[in-house]
Amino acid sequence: MWGGRKLSSSGSRFLGAHRSPFRGTQADCPRLTTSAAYSKNQLSWTLQIKPSVFSEYRSMCFKSYSMTFACLNRMKSYSLPWTRPYSTSRTTVDSSEVKTFLALAHRWWDEQGVYAPLHSMNDLRVPFIRDNLLKTVADHQPGKPLSGMKILDVGCGGGLLTEPLGRLGASVIGIDPVDENIKTAQHHKSFDPVLDKRIEYRACSLEKIVEETAETFDAVVASEVVEHVIDLEMFIQCCCQVLKPGGSLFITTINKTQLSYALGIVFSEQIAGIVPKGTHTWEKFVSPEKLESILESNGLSVQTVAGMLYNPFSGYWHWSKNTSLNYAAHAVKSSIQEHPAPAEFALKEETEEVRIETSTNSGVHEELKK
Amino acid sequence: MAARLARIRWGTAPAAARRGPLVSCRRWAGASSDTVYDVVVSGGGLVGAAMACALGYDIHFCDKKILLLEAGPKKVLGKLPETYSNRVSSISPGSATLLSSFGAWDHICNMRYRAFRRMQVWDACSEALIMFDKDNLDDMGCIVENNVIMHALTKQLEAVSDRVTVLYKSKAVSYTWPYPFSMADSSPWVHITLGDGSILQTKLLIGADGHNSGVRQAAGIQNVSWNYDQSAVVATLHLSEATENNVAWQRFLPSGPIALLPLSDTLSSLVWSTSHEHAAELVSMDEEKFVDAVNSAFWSDANHTDFIDSAGSMLQYAVAFLKPTKISARQLPPSVARVDAKSRILFPLGLGHAAEYVRPRLALIGDAAHRVHPLAGQGANMGFGDISSLLHHLRTAAFNGKDLGSMSHLTAYETDRQRHNTALLAATDLLKRLYSTSAAPLVLLRTWGLQATNAVSPLKEQIMAFASK
Repeated sequence: MWGGRKLSSSGSRFLGAHRSPFRGTQADCPRLTTSAAYSKNQLSWTLQIKPSVFSEYRSMCFKSYSMTFACLNRMKSYSLPWTRPYSTSRTTVDSSEVKTFLALAHRWWDEQGVYAPLHSMNDLRVPFIRDNLLKTVADHQPGKPLSGMKILDVGCGGGLLTEPLGRLGASVIGIDPVDENIKTAQHHKSFDPVLDKRIEYRACSLEKIVEETAETFDAVVASEVVEHVIDLEMFIQCCCQVLKPGGSLFITTINKTQLSYALGIVFSEQIAGIVPKGTHTWEKFVSPEKLESILESNGLSVQTVAGMLYNPFSGYWHWSKNTSLNYAAHAVKSSIQEHPAPAEFALKEETEEVRIETSTNSGVHEELKK
Repeated sequence: MAARLARIRWGTAPAAARRGPLVSCRRWAGASSDTVYDVVVSGGGLVGAAMACALGYDIHFCDKKILLLEAGPKKVLGKLPETYSNRVSSISPGSATLLSSFGAWDHICNMRYRAFRRMQVWDACSEALIMFDKDNLDDMGCIVENNVIMHALTKQLEAVSDRVTVLYKSKAVSYTWPYPFSMADSSPWVHITLGDGSILQTKLLIGADGHNSGVRQAAGIQNVSWNYDQSAVVATLHLSEATENNVAWQRFLPSGPIALLPLSDTLSSLVWSTSHEHAAELVSMDEEKFVDAVNSAFWSDANHTDFIDSAGSMLQYAVAFLKPTKISARQLPPSVARVDAKSRILFPLGLGHAAEYVRPRLALIGDAAHRVHPLAGQGANMGFGDISSLLHHLRTAAFNGKDLGSMSHLTAYETDRQRHNTALLAATDLLKRLYSTSAAPLVLLRTWGLQATNAVSPLKEQIMAFASK
């Protein structure tokens, strides 16, 4: 939350110069998208663009934590033909613009830059993932504690979390729907011969991975992603499908509380104006209770939910009992397989079931609260 | 549209302006892209070799590529020489713990070292003295010849040659630093060009190349430094008679401190800091005269004045009245019979402190970061302390999967060490200055100060704890 706010503020400051050229296009883009399907939604620029680009993919994950990202998306949408969101051919693209994107995308790796809170969040989330994964193995080499493990980093962005996991010895696949992110990540790891072998980046959606493989990963990591996902239940389901039985799902995200609304939306967007209105959609934030119920209903047993607090003055994150802003969750897929690999049809049915279950669950939560 | 593009180009202009060095980086990256070291230690002296050893023996780095660069040849003692070396270091318990953590201390124990249990420091201008000792008969530290430590480190480096590559007779001629965060085309690593033209890449460069550090200069790190108007004369001395010899002696003469450090029952090492002229004279005078000079430096009362003596004894009586328990009695230093032939050399003294110990992908340790007057015997210990601290931070970083060259943990190392090292530097510099004079008010002040410190045991314990880190 705080991270997001700081990111956003510095991001927008940094992008001040770059943003202006695209002001003109903004007016056009949204009209295109809103007319498509989301006219009634008061979605942000970013979110308006995303659904249109990836309308076929129901659950899409973004690490668009900040304005930079939003801007990248905007620029991307502007430069690429709308119909080919995953096109790998760059022939239609002005090379000088690619350079600009590349220069921007490199902000991912500036430890003191706009993504500084995500860098420092590694001090919490890497040990969180490492220690929880190490609980499942008898012994490990301290030099390569995660060696032999396969991890999927969903919404890897520039690879900020992917690289540390690779350094710990795991073989990691990082996926992100934004081409430029994958390029940055790819480029950054290419200098390190060890990581180059251990990490694979792909500009694709989680669904693509689900189509290709099932039950392959020891862990799936979705850090600062689920608050940008359109269909969370579908997303969790996909994560579950690619997990091995007994595998771990790690999620970090922002809670849906009055505090996160006050600090993230009201203060930073409306009062302070550091973040353009609509950067964050509070409605998409997820409460741990909701997340837990979705996880449990998908056969993932929740092990830990821990609050994380960002101190904007020191720039460090701390664990906290208070989950009202940011939090991390760890869930394990049950070893006994409840559902056989679902066919397309079964999947849809299941989704419906889950929805019903969730609604009842949340009903229960409501009651409990009262 | 055109305007828009122009604006975008303008945005990338700073990057383009720096294209020059970027191009060369790319060429290098292509030349040796397969060898990226995780850590390169530049300088294979006591501190550099110990750093490489510490990394090589730590299981957290078993997956890492480590390299040690040393301009000189490999230094292994075939057989322990009969004569003692004149270059010795005082090794604190903390440093000994570090050395034993990677097995080097065992080698030292199998060769030779001398532990001391007490340290007596006294003033040449008054009766004031301070005596450091430990009640529980623990060693306060050890005096070890530098070449013995070096031998132990080399042996241990040989044993981990699969993890730590050592390049002897290789000197770095230039370093190229990466940009603060990786630009589109530049390599993010430090590039080191060696004398033979080959280029190494590393994620973290540790500069351990002494007080004239080439690494520090190449990085453009400011170094606060001044030369003292003193040189140190070192020599190996034979005592008149065999004694227990487990006390380190130091007397502050107006010309500089003179220290006698135990090597064996009959041998001690001398470190005499004095004016350049006097030092040169001491080195060139015949052996008998030199021995007389040393003995008189420890025994002479020529600098005493009645006034200071009576003022000092007044405080002494007051302390004895307030605190009737025993105060460690003054001991007398052993007298010197002769000096080892050819063991006398001199070297100039100075103080130096790097304004920064770290930069992205760079850390300075040992004399490259700080140079200190030998009067406190802390030079080597500060270096070993740097190693312990840096190792601790790097170990945590490695276990958290961090980039070893990242500033976030390097600055933590810097904070840790600067806190300790600046205090020590300031204290030694102050002591050096305070005792370089024979002006009565200052002598009186330091006499009382020393006596008071000696009387307040908690304060003494604090000082000892600080110095034995």
